[in-house]
Amino acid sequence: MNALEINKLEKIYKNNMYALKGIDLQVEEGDFFALLGPNGAGKSTTIGILSSLVIKTGGKVHVFGHDIDTESNIAKSYLGIVPQEFNFSMFETCMEIVLNQAGYYGIRRHIAQERAEKLFRQLGLWEKRFERSRTLSGGYKRRLLIARALIHDPEILILDEPTAGVDVELRRSMWKFLTRINREGKTIVLTTHYLEEAETLCKNIAIINDGLIVENTSVKDFLTKLNVETFILDLDGRCSSALDSDEFTIRQIDPFTLEVDLVKGQKINALFRLLSDCDVQVRSMRNKSNRLEELFIRLTNKDNTQEE
Amino acid sequence: MRIWLQTLIPPAISMSLYFVIFGNLIGSRIGPMDGFTYMDFITPGIIMMAVINNCYSNVVSSFFGAKIQLHIEEMLVAPIPNYVILAGYITGGVARGLMVGLLVTIVAMFLTDLEIHNYFVVFSIVILTAVLFSLGGFINAVFAKKFDDISIIPTFVLTPLIYLGGVFYSINMLPEFWQSVSKLNPILYMVNGFRYGVLGISDIDITWAFLIILIFIVILSAFCLILLNRGTGLRS
Repeated sequence: MNALEINKLEKIYKNNMYALKGIDLQVEEGDFFALLGPNGAGKSTTIGILSSLVIKTGGKVHVFGHDIDTESNIAKSYLGIVPQEFNFSMFETCMEIVLNQAGYYGIRRHIAQERAEKLFRQLGLWEKRFERSRTLSGGYKRRLLIARALIHDPEILILDEPTAGVDVELRRSMWKFLTRINREGKTIVLTTHYLEEAETLCKNIAIINDGLIVENTSVKDFLTKLNVETFILDLDGRCSSALDSDEFTIRQIDPFTLEVDLVKGQKINALFRLLSDCDVQVRSMRNKSNRLEELFIRLTNKDNTQEE
Repeated sequence: MRIWLQTLIPPAISMSLYFVIFGNLIGSRIGPMDGFTYMDFITPGIIMMAVINNCYSNVVSSFFGAKIQLHIEEMLVAPIPNYVILAGYITGGVARGLMVGLLVTIVAMFLTDLEIHNYFVVFSIVILTAVLFSLGGFINAVFAKKFDDISIIPTFVLTPLIYLGGVFYSINMLPEFWQSVSKLNPILYMVNGFRYGVLGISDIDITWAFLIILIFIVILSAFCLILLNRGTGLRS
């Protein structure tokens, strides 16, 4: 069953700005799904419509088969929303914020307290539970948003830029947490600017650009579309002579670094054989850029170029 | 209640000053009004003024604050019917209005020797008026876009209507034309309804007071629900 089903979703803002031009999207139950796109592409509008904070102009949205127009309260009960901006009362403590939210979903106080304790401990918020939210650092505020969104144990967790502005350590721990709850069965939909995040976490992705879905596939399939991958090779010792090859495009950045383009279908073993024959020792190897990022830029830039 | 020092005490102090200055100092020179001392005469109006102001300001500030801080979204994303959201805010406004009204009444009991004429009228008028002005505060907050917008209505509309609503005088003292004009002011009916409940005197028929308050409550409630259903000022 599809956790989310979006059909011909349209949003035209009052200034006649077309934010969504009839998008179709399906997210399967248990999926870890990323909605990617440049700023102003329509990601937050889509999430706003799902969370009922933005009124759609046209189209249909179903959450586990429930229409958000006609069965809005049932549909809402399936969703946990982590917004981009901090939207809790600055004067309440972390515990009050989460318990009040549970109350909005009709959860009994003692059950909510048990759940809150579990979530606070999992997210490292337990020591901060009686602190007012305005005194928290950005990272803790972000965790509080996640705890609040999960307090009613929703089937789908929707995160709008969840790791924006958080340090690397916290980002990694949030990834770990999200991966775990996804394994436990929660469907996760996220938007992010960090493509490494989408590549690491997500099974499926959709790329939205200028209000249209320009790609909707699995991360694995999407990455196979990359025709050329560029690798940086750090050498163990100086490479004094230029490396000539008919098979590979090799550029020497400096005496200790090479840049190699690997076209789809070419084997990396052949490259290493060539390097060994030339007595070049490789210490380490890495992608020049994130693979998903590379495709994303090509896809979104292509469309911009066409417009120009 | 969390910030009772800001919400309950200041109105009680300012209303006490009204009693001391208008009721005691100036009132002693005015003489009796409709058979009561001036202090006794203005007491119901001052209690009502405190209730009206506090219901209104409680709802307008809490709902607008929730909008500005965005935490109104906590409710909007949850499966809560709009009438429950409205009822929650109105209950908050009524609770604060009645608590301040009670405090002002306690202060008045030290300065006057009031005996309640009709308990049913007193409680029903004060509760209905509190509901009505809480609804008014809610509508103001829905349309407010900046902090100025939540002070314009109380300053330029509510305060003049209260002062001209017979809190400090009987409209029988006015020329006939101004009596008719005063009867267009809905607050006159609330103040006089409450005064009837406390003192047993009123410038208007008490039935009109109930009728007007109830009609306004029905209209404003429907309007509030329409605004919430449309998402006016809340959803883009």
